[in-house]
Amino acid sequence: MFDTRRLVCALPRALAGLGLFLVSGVAAADYALNFQRPVTEIAADLYDLHMLIFWVCVVIFVVVFTIMFYAVFSHRKSRGAKAASFHESTTLEVIWTVIPFVILIGMAIPSTRTLLKMEDTTGADMTVNITAYQWKWEYEYPDSGVHFFSTLATPRAQILNQEEKGEHYLLEVDNELVLPVGRKIRFSLTANDVIHAWWVPQLGVKKDAIPGFINEMWTRIDEPGVYRGQCAELCGKDHGFMPIVVRAVAPAEFDAWVAAQKGVASAEAAQADKTWSREELIARGEKVYAQCAACHGPTGQGVPNVFPAIAGSAIATGPVDGHLDRVMNGKPGTAMQAFAEQLNDIDIAAVVTFQRNAFGNSVGDSVQPSDVKARRQ
Amino acid sequence: MADAHHHDGPPAGFTRWLYTTNHKDIGTLYLWFALTMFIFGGLMALVIRSELWQPGMQIVTPQFFNQMTTVHALVMIFGGVMPAFVGLANWLLPMMIGAPDMALPRMNNWSFWLLPPAATLLTLSLFMPGGGPAGGWTLYPPLSVQGGMGVDFTILSIHMLGISSILGSINIIATILNMRAPGMTLMKMPLFVWTWFITAFLLLAVMPVLAGAVTMLLTDRHFGTHFFDPSGGGDPVLFQHVFWFFGHPEVYILVLPAFGVLSHVIPTFARKPLFGYTSMVFATATIAFLSFIVWAHHMYTVGMPMAGELFFMYATMLIAVPTGVKVFNWVSTMWRGSMTFETPMLYAIAVVFLFTMGGLSGLMLSITPADFQYHDTYFVVAHFHYVIFPASVMGAMCAVYFWLPKWTGNMYDEKLGKLHFWLTVIGFNLTFFPQHFLGLAGMPRRIPDYALQFTEFNQWSTAGAFLLAASQLVFIWVVVKCVRGGEKATDQVWEGAEGLEWTIPSPAPYHTFATPPTVK
Repeated sequence: MFDTRRLVCALPRALAGLGLFLVSGVAAADYALNFQRPVTEIAADLYDLHMLIFWVCVVIFVVVFTIMFYAVFSHRKSRGAKAASFHESTTLEVIWTVIPFVILIGMAIPSTRTLLKMEDTTGADMTVNITAYQWKWEYEYPDSGVHFFSTLATPRAQILNQEEKGEHYLLEVDNELVLPVGRKIRFSLTANDVIHAWWVPQLGVKKDAIPGFINEMWTRIDEPGVYRGQCAELCGKDHGFMPIVVRAVAPAEFDAWVAAQKGVASAEAAQADKTWSREELIARGEKVYAQCAACHGPTGQGVPNVFPAIAGSAIATGPVDGHLDRVMNGKPGTAMQAFAEQLNDIDIAAVVTFQRNAFGNSVGDSVQPSDVKARRQ
Repeated sequence: MADAHHHDGPPAGFTRWLYTTNHKDIGTLYLWFALTMFIFGGLMALVIRSELWQPGMQIVTPQFFNQMTTVHALVMIFGGVMPAFVGLANWLLPMMIGAPDMALPRMNNWSFWLLPPAATLLTLSLFMPGGGPAGGWTLYPPLSVQGGMGVDFTILSIHMLGISSILGSINIIATILNMRAPGMTLMKMPLFVWTWFITAFLLLAVMPVLAGAVTMLLTDRHFGTHFFDPSGGGDPVLFQHVFWFFGHPEVYILVLPAFGVLSHVIPTFARKPLFGYTSMVFATATIAFLSFIVWAHHMYTVGMPMAGELFFMYATMLIAVPTGVKVFNWVSTMWRGSMTFETPMLYAIAVVFLFTMGGLSGLMLSITPADFQYHDTYFVVAHFHYVIFPASVMGAMCAVYFWLPKWTGNMYDEKLGKLHFWLTVIGFNLTFFPQHFLGLAGMPRRIPDYALQFTEFNQWSTAGAFLLAASQLVFIWVVVKCVRGGEKATDQVWEGAEGLEWTIPSPAPYHTFATPPTVK
């Protein structure tokens, strides 16, 4: 397990990186020693502010410890140093109270300016609503009604070291948040269960998503590209497994994407009215089950004493009504969410059908999207 | 020195420790307890670092990983550092102020014996259905409301630890105010006494606040209240405000007594009086005051009003001023001294150096807009370990090396002490320095698995953690060896040592200052 070869290879690289970091802050980005390359004005401001304060700290540190180590090397008994007996100096004490104070004021001015700019969410061109769940993100574009969930796309086998890890291991999602470049985008942020935090370092944007609160933040992305981030507030067992991926595209491309999403939604709505075969439902349900697997496990075994198993469970093998009720309305006071708000009729019908006929459960029945629709009313 | 009406020596056997009201015995109990918890917390840190050796889940589940980060923090803070300094206070305060014992000896016994059951409860939580607390030591709801019975064990354990701290603080304040030898005015008190005096007030002020917060959590969990539940009209952010009103002064509770220790050790080995005694006292008091008005810098990202974000930024930046005064005073004490570098002095210099690094990264974190990027990343993990490990842990070790000859009557093994020092400093920096880079590059804290670009520095960190842990075996060996024998210590022990504790014989007799000395 301890790969010493890798460690030995890393050593000179990291040392070289350390040197570069001290010489040039920008070049250091390649060595993952400093902030990621900023792609918004705010992120660039934050980078500059961060480096300014960093250098002020370095200068203070070097001055203080040059003096201390000079004393350590020169004023030692073994060199015959005789101890002086002074033990106060009002002048000195006033000086070293006042100088730090002045330095602090010098830091506070640019910091205040950046903060005011960062928190100014007025004049936005568009809004995106973000809702955090254990352990996924929901994105909604209120202008067009487009709305989807975004979950980790890294295969479980990679996490469990059964497959080689991909380039964007843990930083890849099924549905990316697509945003236009050059427009001021206001995010309105909340959470459904516990506190999360939405963070994309290259955008310079981070804020907590808190149930019962709506927080605001904004960004204007300068260049097209894919920007990756993660949940930053501990939110339970899969806190490390709910990444954020933003794809910034040209405005025209963005408009085309929105139109395409609307098309997908209406096609989906048409499908909801047809009658599905059990096989179709199970095939689709298996995909939807990825959402359930976060707690109930990929094989439906759950986690003893924490998350109940679906395999052989009384609900998943009992009457359809009770099963649908639990999936659609959740169980208050636990991590079991009300999926009626998160999944469409087809997905609910599919996943319930799948659960009743997988992991050794063999009820043999199926649930139609129309049944789900009827329950919603 | 011993009074003829009192027993000279301690009773034998286990009951000596169970029934003892002697400040030296109780101090010893506290210190051994702290060492035990330090090892326990360290083992949990090794579980964390082992899992983070490489990307992917190898050793533990994500849920257990979260339990380890949570319990590691609680054990180190409440079981390791706080009892270590209460132990030092018990041993040293009466000897430093010329008192025969603590003011309230029976309560002293009770405040120690609350700790083992509290620690047991906390440990047992890991074996409850659903496991131990896994929501971080900050216990933020709603996440902590989701946890199993382990969270309730933790809450009860925190209550017991809190009661112990409050009783200990009352005792310390009562001792300092009432038991000083004739002639020892407040402004003649040694600095360790001063820093503990101020720390005790901090504890009295904030432990009840923590108790209130966790009690509200308990009633939210079991008795249908909705203090922190938005669906019942509650407010999850309220918990964070209340918690950090405790949590920030707590940081100074952990480091102020160590500042006191440095103010004894540095003048001793520089053979020169402490520079700026009065400003040290006032700087300590100022830090204590400021610690009450900066709490929300732990939660800049919750979405506070602009006025709040600015206020907490400015107030937090101000802490740099009195902290700077302390560092400048220590450096000035060394200046034109006649220094020697025995193990306690090495520790003291390393504490000043490393703690200042933590202080400066703290200054970076105080800048609200920049903190939005640092918050909840490994940069924060690196920062607070650079504050707490040097100041609190290495500060306590510094104190142990400094006073161990007085306690045992034997000199510790200087070679082993220095070996322990260098291994600890190298291990510590190897563990935590790379974490600055990880955080800046975007690695969130409290994650059990990470993206590939973070691998190298995590491996440095894990290698450092094992070195750091292994070097503590040297510490245990030095202490055990010194307790069992060694070169006899003189009464003064160190050439430059000054203070009442150095006027009594080594080892310190079971009862000291039955007749108070007179301080000029």
